[in-house]
Amino acid sequence: MSAETMSIFSPKVAARFDALVAKYPVRRSALVPMLLYAQDEIGYLSDAVIAEVAQRIGITELDVRNVATYYSMLRFKPAGKYNVQVCTNISCMLRGAYDVFEKFQEELGIGHKGITPDGTFSLEEVECIGACCWAPAIQVNYDFHDELTPDSVPGILAQYRRKAEGQ
Amino acid sequence: MPRLVSHPDEVKIVSKRFGQGAADIDKYIELGGYEAARKCLAQGPDWIIEEMKASNLRGRGGAGFPTGMKWSFVPKQSPKPKYVLVNGDESEPGTCKDHLIFLHDPHSVIEGTIIAGLSIGSKMGFIYLRGEYRYLLEIMEKAVADAYAKGFLGKDIFGSDTEFQIITQSGAGAYEVGEESALMESLEGKRGVPRIKPPFPAVVGLYGGPTVINNAETIASVPHVINMGGAAFAAVGSPRNGGTRLFGISGHVERPGIYELPMGYNLKKMIYGVAGGVRGGRGLKAVVPGGSSTPVLLPEEIENLGMDFDQVGKAGSMLGSGGVVVIDDRTCIVEFALRTISFYQHESCGWCIPCREGTDWLKKSLTRFHAGFGTAKDIDNIRYLAENMMGRTFCPLGDAAAMPTLGFVKKFRKEFEDHLDGKPCPFAKHTEMAVV
Repeated sequence: MSAETMSIFSPKVAARFDALVAKYPVRRSALVPMLLYAQDEIGYLSDAVIAEVAQRIGITELDVRNVATYYSMLRFKPAGKYNVQVCTNISCMLRGAYDVFEKFQEELGIGHKGITPDGTFSLEEVECIGACCWAPAIQVNYDFHDELTPDSVPGILAQYRRKAEGQ
Repeated sequence: MPRLVSHPDEVKIVSKRFGQGAADIDKYIELGGYEAARKCLAQGPDWIIEEMKASNLRGRGGAGFPTGMKWSFVPKQSPKPKYVLVNGDESEPGTCKDHLIFLHDPHSVIEGTIIAGLSIGSKMGFIYLRGEYRYLLEIMEKAVADAYAKGFLGKDIFGSDTEFQIITQSGAGAYEVGEESALMESLEGKRGVPRIKPPFPAVVGLYGGPTVINNAETIASVPHVINMGGAAFAAVGSPRNGGTRLFGISGHVERPGIYELPMGYNLKKMIYGVAGGVRGGRGLKAVVPGGSSTPVLLPEEIENLGMDFDQVGKAGSMLGSGGVVVIDDRTCIVEFALRTISFYQHESCGWCIPCREGTDWLKKSLTRFHAGFGTAKDIDNIRYLAENMMGRTFCPLGDAAAMPTLGFVKKFRKEFEDHLDGKPCPFAKHTEMAVV
């Protein structure tokens, strides 16, 4: 990207992107991971993110959107600071994932794809996250929590609330 | 942290370094790591492929294709660069074995990738992990960096004049990307839709070059094949099914977990012996033997069933990913079928109409059915829909949705009928509203 253009990303992430596009035989291979890392920093794929990623890869914004809409982890609206993703697929379902999901709904007062008013938490019912033998399992952002019961829900939320307050 | 389990019947080959800190490269070397890669470098491609063929190692992703044969299909001379792809997109419900490999033994994946590269004359490999596995990607990235620092990767690996590079890659949430050609599309920065085959990846793959693509567990098995010798590896398993598998037993068992057992191990013993039986002493209703796309088996069908590709195939299902999902007698099969099909409906990429429309209508039908608004005709319609998806799509996702559905309807027709005439589901708590 040209020197006069301001990046919306932090210098650290911008430097990472410079390295990322250079690492593949084809520049465009950086697209999917770059979108995910961009989302990690900005919170979602805003118009500005799409524009800068398109420029960095050297493709059109439409091309970027076309790809981004395919992947379920990429989002175009903000989520909570801590995105709680409850797996309810078969192995988790058999071991009580819906009870865990209901407990999260009750504790947070939000449903699927909801965000708490303070923006600390969002909640999602997701497909298999690859923790079937330690079911039921959830991810909070990228952290796994496994072998849950509804009783473990308040403790997990308290842990992230403390983390949010500490920052 | 995923819990590690153990059982005396286990034969630990792929999992032998689990829990021993082998993510650290020095520990991995201390435990005999990278010896296989050095040996392969000295012996050359033809020797590697012969050992791989002798090992009877078959693709652990689910299809069970012989690995040595797959590697031998790559043309020796190619105007375009050749590539090795490691499929760590592990997304089949019921499957979490690669999770443990990346966590506990990342260097075995790197070493296996190097060996695959040497066998086909490739200079570059990619290790693709699903986006949700961020912490595992970070472990893999560190392992790759450490291997570069030791000179095991780079322009002149192990002090030879042979080049091999490895790039790690993250997905961003898509089951379909686990299909080999869709994974290549994703790695090229595109939507993860499948490609028309032929040409097969061995001829035209990533960036148009000849490509070998293997599941992460297959690749992690490779250094062990080399160290043990192909014939010794084959001897561990059953006929035409070499070695062991990381079986992931989940659902209603007392001791769920990943157990490494020889190919051909009896399924009933696996559930009652290894995994401690059905939870709470309840009765066994059904078993999904190899991830959610494999047709369900009844208790009487598992009595003498050895878990290898051929025997499970003969029993009318598939060994698949080795994800064994155990279902007890208080589970509603209609709800289980609905949850299964909901997944495939969500994950269908929409490229082929029979899959896109078929999964959607199956979900609608089953939702209505489970809510008690089904008719007798629906049961036959579900079957008709599923039968007409089979074999009519570019990739196996259509089949993956249709096969288990057919199994549920054929083997549990009575249970479907019990939901008729507005009767409430006799089992489930979580009845969804009919949306049709």
